Amino acid sequence: MTIPPIPRAVLIALGALALALLVAVPFFPTVIYPVFVMRIMCMALFACAFNILLGQTGILSFGHAAFFGGAAYITGYGLLHLGWAPEFSILLGVAFATALGALFGALATRRSGIYLAMITLALAQLVYFVFLRLPFTHAEDGMQGVPRGTLFGLLDLRSDLNLYFVVMAIVALGLAAVYRIVNSPFGEVLRAIRDHEPRALSLGYPVARYKILAFALSAGLSGLAGSLKVIIYQVAALRDVHWSMSGDVILMTLLGGMNSVFGPVIGAGIVSALYYYFSAFGGWVTVMVGTVFIVCVLVFRRGVAGQIRHMLAAAPNRPAASPSSSIKDNQNASH
Amino acid sequence: MDIFGIPHQAFLGQIMLGVVNGAFYAVLSLGLAIIFGIVKIVNFAHGAFFMAGAFIAFLLGRHLGIGYWPSLIIVPLVVAGIGMVVERLLLRRIYGLDPIYGLLLTFGMVLVIEGGFRIAFGSSGYPYAAPDQLRGATNLGFMVMPNYRLVVIVSALFVCAVTWFVIERTSIGAKLRAATEKAELTQAFGVNVPLLLTLTYGAGVGLAAFAGVLAAPIQHVNPSMGSELVIIVFAIVVIGGLGSISGAVFTGLMLGVVEGLTKVFYAEGSTTIVFLVMALVLLVRPAGLFGREES
Repeated sequence: MTIPPIPRAVLIALGALALALLVAVPFFPTVIYPVFVMRIMCMALFACAFNILLGQTGILSFGHAAFFGGAAYITGYGLLHLGWAPEFSILLGVAFATALGALFGALATRRSGIYLAMITLALAQLVYFVFLRLPFTHAEDGMQGVPRGTLFGLLDLRSDLNLYFVVMAIVALGLAAVYRIVNSPFGEVLRAIRDHEPRALSLGYPVARYKILAFALSAGLSGLAGSLKVIIYQVAALRDVHWSMSGDVILMTLLGGMNSVFGPVIGAGIVSALYYYFSAFGGWVTVMVGTVFIVCVLVFRRGVAGQIRHMLAAAPNRPAASPSSSIKDNQNASH
Repeated sequence: MDIFGIPHQAFLGQIMLGVVNGAFYAVLSLGLAIIFGIVKIVNFAHGAFFMAGAFIAFLLGRHLGIGYWPSLIIVPLVVAGIGMVVERLLLRRIYGLDPIYGLLLTFGMVLVIEGGFRIAFGSSGYPYAAPDQLRGATNLGFMVMPNYRLVVIVSALFVCAVTWFVIERTSIGAKLRAATEKAELTQAFGVNVPLLLTLTYGAGVGLAAFAGVLAAPIQHVNPSMGSELVIIVFAIVVIGGLGSISGAVFTGLMLGVVEGLTKVFYAEGSTTIVFLVMALVLLVRPAGLFGREES
């Protein structure tokens, strides 16, 4: 694994700056719409959770909308129909997504590469049709009027300000979980599987179980993002479980940089901004997103984070980066 | 005579309708299999080219007065041409990379193509009339089958047979198969492999467009008619494996029939049955029915 040649102090300074800006956002609603920033935070968590599979394990899932949108519906169900508190509804959504992720993983990891991608896409389509049929989702109309509730019986989430900081805290916890997973012995094994699966197998690692667990963790955290989304917007819609959502999260990750843990955050920001600021252009947004996708795959496979790291490593006054061990890095470097 | 309490007329009728759907699945998975076998790309845009085929046929009819029969020839050629340009400009740049990039690139193409058609023609569908001589229906004894659907089955199977013949029994097919096995060696023998790849991609998406023209009179011509279909075809490809042409055709037809039968017993399940079969096949025979274990 390549270690970013960025000094720790710079990273901490950047993190502190980002944190300060995020804290300031709800107090300047005329500059930037806080709900939009909440969406970016959700999507950032979603993309980083997705990248546990793509960047770390080398598995392309084309079905992550099922976890994101599925958890959104289930959390919405808990809030709207069961009358549960938000904390329990979120747990319900996350539990659903985790279980679904384990199931997807168990089925999809029986194949690899593009077949695996096609399998996850097909399974997610199955989930899409199930949610389309379930009575409480109201099909095309979406599940509307989901109450936000009161967190722990203390914090009234109907207030956008309260909600903003709750979302921020939960996303921070989620991202910390992603970081912990990636930088653990478990994460090390995932990268070993990504770089050379037969070797990991011959070392005695139960590769299949590791992959399924990676699926479950990635799905659970994606579900957490979906649960937050339904609380923010008070709507769960078919768009959240649709294959285009799976495509969006792939694009965010690719654009942000799949070889870095938090690179997808950048991609989530860019893609969300694209949808938000160009929504007036209607159908053109899809064409733009598709074009960005094509450009990314053709000439920008490192993503923003990877590109920054590459430029820093290539700068003459810095020591050259260590030779990369990642297959994906090598591919990027040779083009 | 009843089968499981269902009149056998309805039973056979749904099977025949299933065969019609299966014929589309067969042509599409055939094209996917050829492209994957030779170009090594899983063509997500297959459904988009299918949709483009239906749309171009509709537009030719509306603006130039070109009817169904000429369209059936012209449209696949036009789309094949577009496909060849796409191959030269885009796909060519990612050969040699992880095949996953091919899937992602063609997915981006889906967004651009579908989005483009949606901007130009809106999301709602357009009707496209079957040619007059194919109106009406034939009584098959057990059911009254619209003539047009019979033609769909026959022409789809005919195209599949021709494709099989070209690949297995002609010299260009032999070169293709050689390029599939050992591209560099084939090149060394003087075969222009890059050109072969371009032609193959063109032919593959041309097949998709042919299916699109066939589907135009049955389905409403609309921008999203391809993407739902391509996901089903992906599942079919997982079930059958991308290894063989006859396997792809057989699996496509079979899944169409399975879907038809599901409509008889549990209509709500007909949209999901293909995916359930896929899950089942993965449990029992992970490599797919006709697949070899991929490396």
